[in-house]
Amino acid sequence: MTPLIKYLLHLADNTLILSQRNSEWCGHGPVLEQDIAITNISLDLLGQARNLYSYAATLIGGEATEDSLAYLRKEREFRNCLLVEQPNGDWAQTILRQYCFSQYQYALYQELLNSKDPQLAAIVEKSIKEVAYHLRWSSEWVIRLGDGTEESHRRMLKAIEELWAYTGELFEAADYEKDLQQEGIAADLEKIKQEWQLKTEAIFAEATLPMPRNVFVQTGGKQGIHTEQLGFILTELQYMQRAYPGAKW
Amino acid sequence: MSIQDLEKIFQDKIDNEIKIEPKDWMPEAYRKTNIRQISQHAHSEIVGMLPEGNWISRAPSLKRKAILLAKVQDEAGHGLYLYSACETLGISREETINDLHSGKAKYSSIFNYPTLTWADIGAVGWLVDGAAIMNQVMLTRTSYGPYARAMVRICKEESFHQRQGFEALLMLSRGTDEQKAMCQDAINRWWWPSLMMFGPRDSESSNSDQSMKWKIKRKSNDELRQQFVDMIAEQIKVLGMTLPDPDLKWNAERKHYDFGAINWDEFWAVVKGNGKCNKLRLEARKKAWDEGEWVREAAGVYAKKRLRKVELLRPAAG
Repeated sequence: MTPLIKYLLHLADNTLILSQRNSEWCGHGPVLEQDIAITNISLDLLGQARNLYSYAATLIGGEATEDSLAYLRKEREFRNCLLVEQPNGDWAQTILRQYCFSQYQYALYQELLNSKDPQLAAIVEKSIKEVAYHLRWSSEWVIRLGDGTEESHRRMLKAIEELWAYTGELFEAADYEKDLQQEGIAADLEKIKQEWQLKTEAIFAEATLPMPRNVFVQTGGKQGIHTEQLGFILTELQYMQRAYPGAKW
Repeated sequence: MSIQDLEKIFQDKIDNEIKIEPKDWMPEAYRKTNIRQISQHAHSEIVGMLPEGNWISRAPSLKRKAILLAKVQDEAGHGLYLYSACETLGISREETINDLHSGKAKYSSIFNYPTLTWADIGAVGWLVDGAAIMNQVMLTRTSYGPYARAMVRICKEESFHQRQGFEALLMLSRGTDEQKAMCQDAINRWWWPSLMMFGPRDSESSNSDQSMKWKIKRKSNDELRQQFVDMIAEQIKVLGMTLPDPDLKWNAERKHYDFGAINWDEFWAVVKGNGKCNKLRLEARKKAWDEGEWVREAAGVYAKKRLRKVELLRPAAG
């Protein structure tokens, strides 16, 4: 498998798994308008996943399709970051997970607009407006909850405690990312990390939230070593394709 | 002006097909009937998200997952229009939702049936949304303006929902033996409950006469039900499946399909709370609302804080 295919699967898996998580809120949101918003984000991410899987499938060739890549790979073959597979928790945890991811994804996609792989650049160009909206929405919520009531502030602190260890992995390049960076196809994660830090510090300051320092970084997702969460996500996600092999839907 | 005069003006508007608007005088019973019906309709959209939402995480392909997510999101949007229409009658969204949670307000009983297999998602789209559309198309001409206008928007999206349901079943009907069996099984389970969606027979429907006079309703329960049976009895042929009713047959004299007796005992049992999912559905709604309380509160407090900051920044009027 070429580094480009691995990278596309990594990008696609991030969006599919986060979409799957966010979609758990559909019908259960704290207020109708936000139920619609989080479902909308889930739909956008799913759309991105489909574009990326479809491109990967053309490079893989043979029988590969967006569905075979999403539904027929196993736990160790998924390359999403650990952050996106973490449980929804309460609204604060979902918001923080979305914010951390969207801030990263926005900076990443800005870089990938100039990717030397034209197809990847085109997919990113199609998606970046959506990502800008996700970032704006989740930033506003981080501020609202951080600077809202005592309870919402406390819940944000708890969310930071739960999730922070998974943010560092976003910026640690896997071997396939390093290879592609040199070719000008993937982005320079060090640059993205700095932007992410700066922007997050500003948002956290407005939200009256402390910026955590020296937190241990959990890694492995990009290489297929996940938390225990992923197995359950895939069990549900892939159930139909596993139970009815080869059927068309 | 006497109450008789006001009532006459009101009824004249209705008879002349002029919509009643929020600021117009209206009989208290008309207002109450509309609140009851529109809020029940809004609740049905929101509770209706649950049986279908149940299959989002397990949808069998990415395309189906995207369609289902979009559809369930549409239902939330419909709920929003309808709660807004209801607010024009002087009741807040919170009050309306509290009535749902206390059991005072109802929602469509159909959503108390479980979605057991993937085929149920197709059957719900085709039969349940199909039945709802019959009612909703009629309601685009209902006499209360905000309700009628909400229904126009809703109907556009609902017809897409019904088509996608039918198309999902069509795929199954052309698939493997297991898929065909799954398709037939779902139709068997959803057919009779969807006929019950039109409500009791005209002879037993307590709210109908006044609603017809006020043109809140324009067709009777039995008329709409017949229209639905006539439509589905034709569409099922395309699927190559059957409807679970040995008495279903074309009546050339009536120019309608005859159909068998509906089990009204089952209908009333579910209305009274004994469906498979009544408790589950209501508890899911209450849980979402209760667990969202701190979020709504924080959003409110933050909005006030922000407003204060903006005011402080504004230069004093000279």
